[in-house]
Amino acid sequence: MSAGLQVRALRHAYGPTVVLDGVDLAVPPGRTVALVGPSGCGKTTLLHLCTGLLAPQQGEIVQPLEPAAVMFQQPRLLPWMNTLDNIALGLKARGMGRQARHQRARDMALALGLPDQALAQYPAELSGGMQSRAALARALVLQPALLLMDEPFAALDVGLRYQLHQLLLARQAQTAMAVLLITHDLMEAVRLADDVLVMAPAPGRIVAHYQPPGAALARDDALVHQCAAELQQHPAVRTAFSLPGAGQMPASGPGAWHAP
Amino acid sequence: MRLLWRGLRGLPAYLWSGWGAIASLLLFIALWELGAGFYGPLILPDPLTTFATLGQLLQSGAAWPELRTTAQRALLGLLLAAGVGSALGLLAGLSMTAAMMARPWVTLLLGMPPIAWLVLAMLWFGAGDGTPVFTVFVACLPVVFTGALQGTRTLDLHLRDMARAYSLPWRMRLIDLYLPHVTAYLFPAWITALGSSWKVAVMAELLATSDGVGAALAVTRAHLDMGASLAWICAVVGSLLLLEYGLLEPIKRALERWREAGA
Repeated sequence: MSAGLQVRALRHAYGPTVVLDGVDLAVPPGRTVALVGPSGCGKTTLLHLCTGLLAPQQGEIVQPLEPAAVMFQQPRLLPWMNTLDNIALGLKARGMGRQARHQRARDMALALGLPDQALAQYPAELSGGMQSRAALARALVLQPALLLMDEPFAALDVGLRYQLHQLLLARQAQTAMAVLLITHDLMEAVRLADDVLVMAPAPGRIVAHYQPPGAALARDDALVHQCAAELQQHPAVRTAFSLPGAGQMPASGPGAWHAP
Repeated sequence: MRLLWRGLRGLPAYLWSGWGAIASLLLFIALWELGAGFYGPLILPDPLTTFATLGQLLQSGAAWPELRTTAQRALLGLLLAAGVGSALGLLAGLSMTAAMMARPWVTLLLGMPPIAWLVLAMLWFGAGDGTPVFTVFVACLPVVFTGALQGTRTLDLHLRDMARAYSLPWRMRLIDLYLPHVTAYLFPAWITALGSSWKVAVMAELLATSDGVGAALAVTRAHLDMGASLAWICAVVGSLLLLEYGLLEPIKRALERWREAGA
């Protein structure tokens, strides 16, 4: 695989509690890797390690993709700045002039369906969906080579989530950005990802690797449902999420399984 | 400019919101009148006499130099305390160790009565401007420091992580992240400090200097002139109210407009 985000033999502990053990993954440019797992399995810790918010204790993280942008679980917009300035925040951090960054931020906001009047408003005046769009715009306006996302759409209704998924996929098709998506929603994972990695808790480790068929943009609802069902039937997934019943390896599903 | 326009647009609503405050002040004056009728002018002159005396003091021009002297001392001490206290509080808030170390100091400084500082200041600075300015500075410093410290320590960790993930340079972190949040804590602290700066300045002058409102109060006390004493007190309180509601409160509202957004 070409150079992208690489995580090798990563192990992380908070005091005596081991949260991640022996995690390997690779996110090459142009691909989306979804990391699914139950709450508390160390997904967010892994993301913080990849963004550099935490320093790795053992193992190795190689991150040659620049720039990288992060979309967090909550929108995390600055409440005292209007939406336009919030979106332009990363551009300002790079030293881009006021006019240029506002222009870019406005273009990105409009492309993501934020109405013009929302840009002058404070985040608290926006609906949750608008805030998520603003957070996505803030990340995408940097034209990131790597986008890290931590359950970014978890608080949205299905319609909004679908819209933002499509916007994200369209964007990715244009720019060949690498995406690492963390989620506990299997449907979201199989809709967006080229590779789905399943994490089991205590300690967090990758137990299954699933590839939904075809390009993400081409998958329709029926196929996504089928893939999600296939994923959920896998014994490792059932154990990881503490679902009842052993499950079974599907004989012939739409997707492909690999050794983790 | 935009800030100014916004302020002007909000002016009528702001003035209108002042009716409640005015009504409550008038009630206070009515109670004062009641007390004056009860005790007689030797103990408590009535409000009208007091205001008339104040008017005379202002008209004859006798009051202005004293008020100006006191205001200069109080504001200089306050400015020093606001500058030093805000900067130190911000720095202390950034470091856990510094914050823990600073807490007992603040308790100590807050617990030390201003009058004790005044005694020390009189010995150190003599009868000049130094004594009231220093006393005001020392009395206001811990208040401002605590405000800045708490503001910095209470910043949302999520926003701090976001700032790191988007690699904001330190100047942006200060101006776009810390200051707007800390201002919410600093402004009330500054306003509290403003109130005590006047009180402490007048107290320091009463004991240590030969000019300023405090010194004038000392003279009226020596003459047993209750009307003039009360007039001076009204002048101090009035100018304080004017400064707080005429200047600081509107600025605070303009800076914290985002707080009301969507609430």
